[in-house]
Formats: sequence, C-alpha cells, structure tokens
Amino acid sequence: MSNNDQAATAGPAPASRQKAARKPRRSRILVDFMGSMSLAITLLVALAIASVIGTVLVQNEPYTEYLMDYGPFWHEIFAGMGLYQVYSATWFLLVVAFLVISTSFCVYRQTPGLLKDLRRYNTQVKEKSLRSFHSSATGDLDQSPEEFIQHAHRVLKAQGFKAREKNHDGQTVIAAMRGRWNRMGYLLTHVGIVVICVGALADGTTLLKVNEWLGNLEIETRSVPISEVPRSAWIPDWNPSFRGSVEIPEGASANVVFLPMREGYFVQELPFRVELEEFRIERFSTGAESSYESDLVIHDPNRDEPLRHTISVNHPLIYNGFAIYQASFADGGTRLDIDAIPLGAEALRELEVPGRVFQEMEVPTPDGDTRIIEFTNFQLENVVPLLNEEGVRENRHMGPSFDFRLMDRTGHGLYYRNYQRPALQEGAMYFLSGVRESPAEEFHYLFLPADADDSLERFRTYLAMLHNPEVRNEIARQVARDDETVPNEQTQAIARTTAELMGLFAEGGYMAVNNEIERRVPGERIDEVRDLMIRILHAGLQGLYMEVLQDEGVVSIQEEEQRFLEDTISAINAISLYQSPFFFHLKDFEHREASGLQIARAPGQSTVYTGSVMLIVGIFFLFYVSYQRLWIMARRSENGEGTHVVMAGTSNRHQVEFEERFAHLKRWIIDQKPVDGASDGTHESNNKND
Amino acid sequence: MSVPHEALDFERPGIFRRIQPRDWAYIALTIAVGLIAFWQYGHMMDRYDTGGLILAVGLSAWMGWFWRPWQLFSIIVAALSLFGIWMYGDDLARGSTNFWLNYVGSGQAGVMWMSVFLYLSTVAYVTGLFSRSDFPTRVGGAFAWIGAGAGLMALLVRWREIYLTDPTWGYIPVANLYEVFILLAALTTLMYLYYEGRTGQRTMGAFVMLVIAASVTFLLWYMWDRQAHEIEPLVPALNSWWMKIHVPTNFVGYGGFAIAAMLGVAYLVKHRLERTRPDAALTQRIPSKEALDNVMYKAIAIGFAFFTIATVLGAMWAAEAWGGYWTWDPKETWSLILWLTYAAWLHMRFTKGWRGPVMAWWAIIGLFVTTFTFLGVNMFLSGLHSYGEL
Repeated sequence: MSNNDQAATAGPAPASRQKAARKPRRSRILVDFMGSMSLAITLLVALAIASVIGTVLVQNEPYTEYLMDYGPFWHEIFAGMGLYQVYSATWFLLVVAFLVISTSFCVYRQTPGLLKDLRRYNTQVKEKSLRSFHSSATGDLDQSPEEFIQHAHRVLKAQGFKAREKNHDGQTVIAAMRGRWNRMGYLLTHVGIVVICVGALADGTTLLKVNEWLGNLEIETRSVPISEVPRSAWIPDWNPSFRGSVEIPEGASANVVFLPMREGYFVQELPFRVELEEFRIERFSTGAESSYESDLVIHDPNRDEPLRHTISVNHPLIYNGFAIYQASFADGGTRLDIDAIPLGAEALRELEVPGRVFQEMEVPTPDGDTRIIEFTNFQLENVVPLLNEEGVRENRHMGPSFDFRLMDRTGHGLYYRNYQRPALQEGAMYFLSGVRESPAEEFHYLFLPADADDSLERFRTYLAMLHNPEVRNEIARQVARDDETVPNEQTQAIARTTAELMGLFAEGGYMAVNNEIERRVPGERIDEVRDLMIRILHAGLQGLYMEVLQDEGVVSIQEEEQRFLEDTISAINAISLYQSPFFFHLKDFEHREASGLQIARAPGQSTVYTGSVMLIVGIFFLFYVSYQRLWIMARRSENGEGTHVVMAGTSNRHQVEFEERFAHLKRWIIDQKPVDGASDGTHESNNKND
Repeated sequence: MSVPHEALDFERPGIFRRIQPRDWAYIALTIAVGLIAFWQYGHMMDRYDTGGLILAVGLSAWMGWFWRPWQLFSIIVAALSLFGIWMYGDDLARGSTNFWLNYVGSGQAGVMWMSVFLYLSTVAYVTGLFSRSDFPTRVGGAFAWIGAGAGLMALLVRWREIYLTDPTWGYIPVANLYEVFILLAALTTLMYLYYEGRTGQRTMGAFVMLVIAASVTFLLWYMWDRQAHEIEPLVPALNSWWMKIHVPTNFVGYGGFAIAAMLGVAYLVKHRLERTRPDAALTQRIPSKEALDNVMYKAIAIGFAFFTIATVLGAMWAAEAWGGYWTWDPKETWSLILWLTYAAWLHMRFTKGWRGPVMAWWAIIGLFVTTFTFLGVNMFLSGLHSYGEL
C-alpha cells in the first residue's frame, strides 16, 4: 500500500528518491517487498477469495452433515484445509497477519518521507521543471520583484497556503502548500486498518489454538452431560476473549458457556453463575413476535447480593466486561400430560403418559408390544398466516402443539406433531396430527373429527365399536334385515359380507377392502363388484353410526352429523397410513422454556472501534482535502525594469478543480486582476473540493 | 498597471459571510421546524430521538447551504408529506377514501408517482442523448426531481402509516426490501442530480437513470408479485435505533457505486465511439472521458466513505444485537469483499494513477458485487441478515 500519490510528487524529485537509486541494502529490499503495493493487493485478493469461500460453503455445520453433502473424499480435503471454519483457519489468520505486517511496513516506509514532505517546501526548484508542470504559467510584470513577492505572499496567505521563501542568485522562490491534512488522511487510514486488525486478532481464537497446539486443550466432540466432559476441554477463567453460548432452562442456572470449535467444543468457565428466572416471548396483536426477553439473575461471589436484570434482543447486559446477549430460545423440558388413545378396539381406554420434552419413555400397546415415544419439542403458540375467503391475510392461532417421534424396538419410526386443541377446517372442527418420515419433509395431516363438545368421544366410541367383531356382526345383521331391497334368503349372506367388509376396513381402510376384492373376484367383473361392496360397506358403517348416535340420544340426523360420519370414515381409512397404534392427545402441560444466551468477552472491541474512527476520519481527509503545492519563481527582468515570473502547481486530488483554482491564482498573482464572478462565487469554489 | 489590493477578490470571506440571506432563511426555517417538533413531541422522545432530531436538522440545514436546490426541494417534500399526514388524521382508512391520499399523497400513491416520473425521466434522458437539443435532458432532470421527491414523500408518509396501522409496530420505513428500494431509487436520483448540477453534464443521466429505472422495475415487481408493500410488524432483531442510521448510510454507499458503474458504462461507450465514429453526433453528446472519470471517482469516493461508515455502524449494531462486532455473517463478509473491491480501485487510482477503460470496467464489476451484497446474499446465502428475503 505504498502511497506515492503521483501528482503530489510529480514535480521536483524529492531527495529520498535519489537516494533509492543507490544499491539497496538487503534489509531495505525486505522492507520494500513487505510494504509493496503488489504484495498488499495479492493479500487483499487472497482475503477476498477466502471470504467468498466462507460464504458459499456454509460454516460451522456439524461434520456429519458435511460428510453427507460432499462425500468422504472431499470432506477430508475440506476439513483438512479448514474450509468449514475459514475465518479461524490458521492460513486465513496468516493472510490477515501478513496484511497487517504489510500495511505496517507501508506506513513505516512512507511516514518519514511523508513527514518530510509536510515540512519540506522544496525551494530548490529549477525553472525548467516548473515549466513542465501541467498547471504552469509565466508572466512579465512591470512591478519590482520585491513588490511582486509581497503581493504573492498576500494572495497565498488569503488562499490558505503556507509558504516559504528563498533568495538565491537574485532569484526568489516561494514554495507553498495547503491541505496537509490529506497526508494525515493517509496515515490515519492505514494505521486505522492495522489497529482494527490487531484488535480483531486479539478477540479471535488464536490463543485457544496455540493452547490446543501446545497440548493444553483438547476439543470435546461428544454430546455428553457437562460432568462427563474431561478437564482437557475446560478453559479456566484466564481466557481474555471468547464468544460462546449456553442454553438455560427456566429455574436453572449455568456457570459455563460452550465455545464451538471445529467438529466439537470447549467448555469455558465463567467467574459467575447466570440463573434464568423466566423467558418470555412478547407478541404483537398479529401473533408475530415483538420481543424475546430473559429475566436473569447473576450470582457472583464478589457481589453481596445477586444482580437482577432483564435482557432482550438488542439490549444485552454488560457485566464486568462480559456481555450477555439474548440469542435464541428453546423448550426447557415442558411437562406434558398426555392421553395415549389406542386407535383400535381399546379406543375408549386411554393410557396416561406423563411426558417431558427431551425425554423418552416406553408405551405398552394393547397388543402386548411396546413403542418408544421421544418428545422432541413443545410450542406454546402456533400462528399460521392464511388467506381468508375475501383474500385478506389473517393469522390463525392454532394453540399449543408438541412434537414427538414414535419408534418400535428397532428404533424405526415416524415424526409427529399433534395440536392440543381442535382446529376449524372448512366449517368443522378437527384434532390435527401431522406425520412425516423425516424432519426434512412436510407434514401429512390426520384429521380426527371433533364432536359438538370439541372432544374425541364420539369418534372413539365409533372406532371402538367398529373394531369389536360382535358389534360388527350385530350391526351387519340389523342392516341386512332392515334393508327392504334384500330378499330374505340373502339376509344372512349379506350380513356376513357386511361384517367382513367392516372388519377389513377397520384394520386396513379401503386399501384392505380393495385388496380382498381383487384377490377374490375375477378381472372382468371387478368394477361392478367393487361398487356393490363399497355400497354394502357404507351401509354397515352408516348402521354403526346410527347405533352410536342412538346411544348418545341423538334422534334425527342433520347435515352436520352426516358430515361427521364421512370425516370419521376418512380418518379411519387414513389411520392405516398413520403408523401409530395411538393418538396422543395433550391434556395438560406445564410450560418450561429455555433461553439461549450468548456470552462474550471482547477486550479488543474498543481497539477496533478506535481503529474504525481513525479509518473514517482518514478517509474523509484523503478524499475531501486535496494536498496542493505551488511554486512561484521571480527574478528581475533582463531589462532591469520589471519582474519575470514562473508559477506552477500540483495537486494530488481533484485535478479539474485544481486547474480552475490555479487559473484563479494566476489571475490574482500574475495578472493582478479580479476573477470575474469569483467574489460571489466563493460558495461554488468552496464546494469544488469535494 | 498594478491595481490596489482592495480591488482584487482573493481575500476569502469568513464562513458566515459566505452564507447568504437566502441560506440564512433556510437554516432558520429548518431550526424552527426542529424546535416546533421538539416543543410538540419532545416529551415523547428519548435521548436517542432527540439526538436524531438534532442530527436531522443539522444535516438538512447543511445540505441547504452545501447544495442550494436542496432548499426548495426539501421544503416541498416536507410540505407534501405533512399535508398527507394531516389528511390521514388518526384514520388509516382515509388512505382509500380521501381523494388526495388515494391518488397523490399516501405512501403507496407516492411510490407509484415516483416510479412513473423516474421512468419518464429515463426516457427523456435517453432521448436527450440522441437529440441535438438540450430540452429533453432538461425535462429528464425535472422529472427526476419530481420522482425523487415523490419517493421521499412516500417514505415519510409511510412512516406515519406504519404508526396508524398499529401504534405498537411503529418503525422507520427502512426495514424491508420494499422500503429500502424506494430509498435507493430516491437517494441515487438525488445524488445524480447533485453531480449533474455541479458539472452541467446532462447526458450522464441517460446512463445513470437506466440503473435507477431498473431498481424501480424490481420494486414494482416486488410490490405486485409479493405484496411487499403490506405493512408488517418489525422482527425483534431490527427493533433498534441503529437501524435508522445504518441503513440510510449504507444506501448512500450503494447509490454512489451504482452511479459510478453507469458512468463506467458511459466511459466505455465514449471510448469505443471515439475510435469507431469520432464525428458522430452521439459521440459528441456523451461527456468527455475526463469529465466522466472525474464524476466516477467522486461517486466512488462518496460511496466508499459512506459505505465504510455504514459497515462500522453495522459492526457496532451487531455487537449489540448478535453479541459480536464481526461474526463473518455472509452479509458482513460480502460487505468486506465489496469494501476491498473499491479500496483496491482507489489504491490503483491514487498510487498507480490508473485511469481509463480498466477502471471503468472495475467500477461496473463493482456494481455486480454491490448487487450481490445487497440482494444476492439474501437470495442465495443464509445468515443473520435474513429479513427481506425474496
């Protein structure tokens, strides 16, 4: 980043240049190389490319996921190159370090010359070189040289130039400059960059890496309780800078944070204990989250009494140089009171399952087997944005839900999400349960119709009766008997078929019915038979429903009741795909949340901010102050009467504006005439410097 | 022959003497408006709000002195915005029943007028490039002023509309892609008009307005296809005072880079035409390469300075919201890449004295990096800056 600002030194060659022409010493070569523009640009490009890689390749994912994405071959290479944590990879830090060194060398190399430049007015110019300037003028005046010099000084002073004068051989040279802050801009920007990088490196993970390299630390890759993490992965309180996270359930506390490191983590000790009293999500009227808040209590042995403080997003707590941020939230182990409702003959005999989020337990099935249920999450509110009939967006509040996985003994099973309350769907109420094969898929929903009391009672009764062979036979007989289109001698056969179809349907839905028909009936008659069989089945299902309603005391069937039956049939048909022997219904819960805190210590932060301010101030000096130099050479004319004047100037910024300014200066100094319109145009000329 | 010194005009008058009565009047007006605002609403403002008010008054007063056309422009925009807000009263529903609001003065109507006038301005400027008369470009300039004014008015009225939708939501409308696109179009237009006024090179508009028209097109697509103009509550991460300064500062940067890139295009066109058709009228109409290079440098300089400030402000905000001033979030990383792109451009110009087609190409490529930083990161990469997804 050498800053030779061409224009500024385009004039007389400074002495330092001439010196450089001699044979350079070896140390000088090193300084020149380290401070060279080519090295700096190379490093900048390397930094940019590495940065791009870090954004394209998602950083800090679990290694198992990378393995799946890239395969073992590339995974090894990527991991070896540190591409999963580019920004803390050793080679990346080396690039940054080299950039800092390079910039420092550049500053080191440039500063002496720069300071000299500011002090040296360079009155040793030759007339020939002045005439070669882009902005240059000559003139022959009637004034005496003394008078002229005095005049020139007045103009220069008024125009903000600092000037030096030298008389030699009857010739006077005035060297003048203005805008020296521009040169300070160079220093401020480059030193600012160095300061920022130094502060940032201090806040980085370098210290940990060194300790890891020395064998003092070893990352933990297993997901184990904190008590089982070996001491080699613990970092005592000496670590001056870190950024880690910890999840604290309500009512619990923590005195460590976890620092992610490659495929594992370190455990960072804190000199205090953070307790979470309560975590809250504040919401707007739409149901959208407006604020995440945690009521924290800091227990510090050095404090007489604990410190209470509420943090929220954008409002961290700064405590003794530790900054505590609201980063995320999760379930903290909500207690779930669940009824496991068998989806079969035992449908009316629910099993109480006392669950807790993140726990798993065994549930005995009615057929003597067991399933393992693992509760994975609980959601207090589910707000789903929907378009209503008028096409206006509105939010539907679905109430609480819980997620679980139901596995057989071999550990295979599906993922489920059940809602506590029935939801309105096209005019009727349903209990919803989503099911999917993997968390990456969308849920498919099972709709269990809710009865008038918003309960599952009627559905369960129907289901239990359908699964009872005696009930089925009885109903089938009734239906066959009551049907006047059935000849008497066929009543029994029809009743048998009805009962059998109902049995098939109860176990496997329409699929089972269809399979049976296909198995028994020859190809050409199958459609005819199928229609007949479905009609018989529906008559039976309808008959069963009449029985259920009768038991409830309902006499007349309205549209509503009819729809309930259709929904019930659809639901029972879907149960065969649902792959769970139970419907897990959430009766009650005790919500417990956990707050994800990020705790950081960044002693380099103020250094980085200082560097940033230097950088910004420097940029404005560099861009908006132009460093201008001016030389005026005057000697008595050949004829001894007047003065011969040569004037030249240069600027390192805003050449166009400088040319205009030079023209003005020439008019004032040599022509000694006012600049037309310049008196009220100061407004404009002032702004030309931007 | 020598004239007395008193007759020469080289003495620089003091800063206060350089401010003319008209400027004083404008400065007094802005301060008065600020004081009235404080007197009316001061009791509801915290120290950040008060600081913001002082900053706004100072900035507007300085702008009025620095760039005279700002005076009348800001007065008209403020008057129209206040009129719109007054028409609303406390009832958002008036947006569709009140004639003024429905057709001119609401946020939504303002955006439409902005779009219309910026499109018309683009057409006029391009016509002006191929015409011998200055008239089309002058019309283009006038339309650009109207478009920028309508855009700013739209934002100011929308600010009120957000509060009317739900007082608990209230935030400054620079929180989503829809709002920042309005800001980008209006700011870039104003920055361009400044350079046009300073240099008198009107045909630059034929190039610069193209990128502005493109951003308006995106805005309209985003609005119609995604209903982006619907007012939604703010996500908690954005609910911060920092947003008020971080976002607009950033867009001065993006605006500067956009202008520079389009002048780079103009430079390359001129460069080519000078070789192939040196005498063609079109060749003569495009400003000289020196003039283009000069404005391109200035646009990149102002863009770079503001982008640097915006990035530092962003880091300070990140330190408060995410727990780290630099976390290599994709947006942060791409900001660094963008910063390096223009830092290298400036180094090449300052230290190696580079000019010419290479620098023009570089400025054009810079706009692609800018666009990726602005939009691409949200579209293709995941990260903490995930609001304003497409």
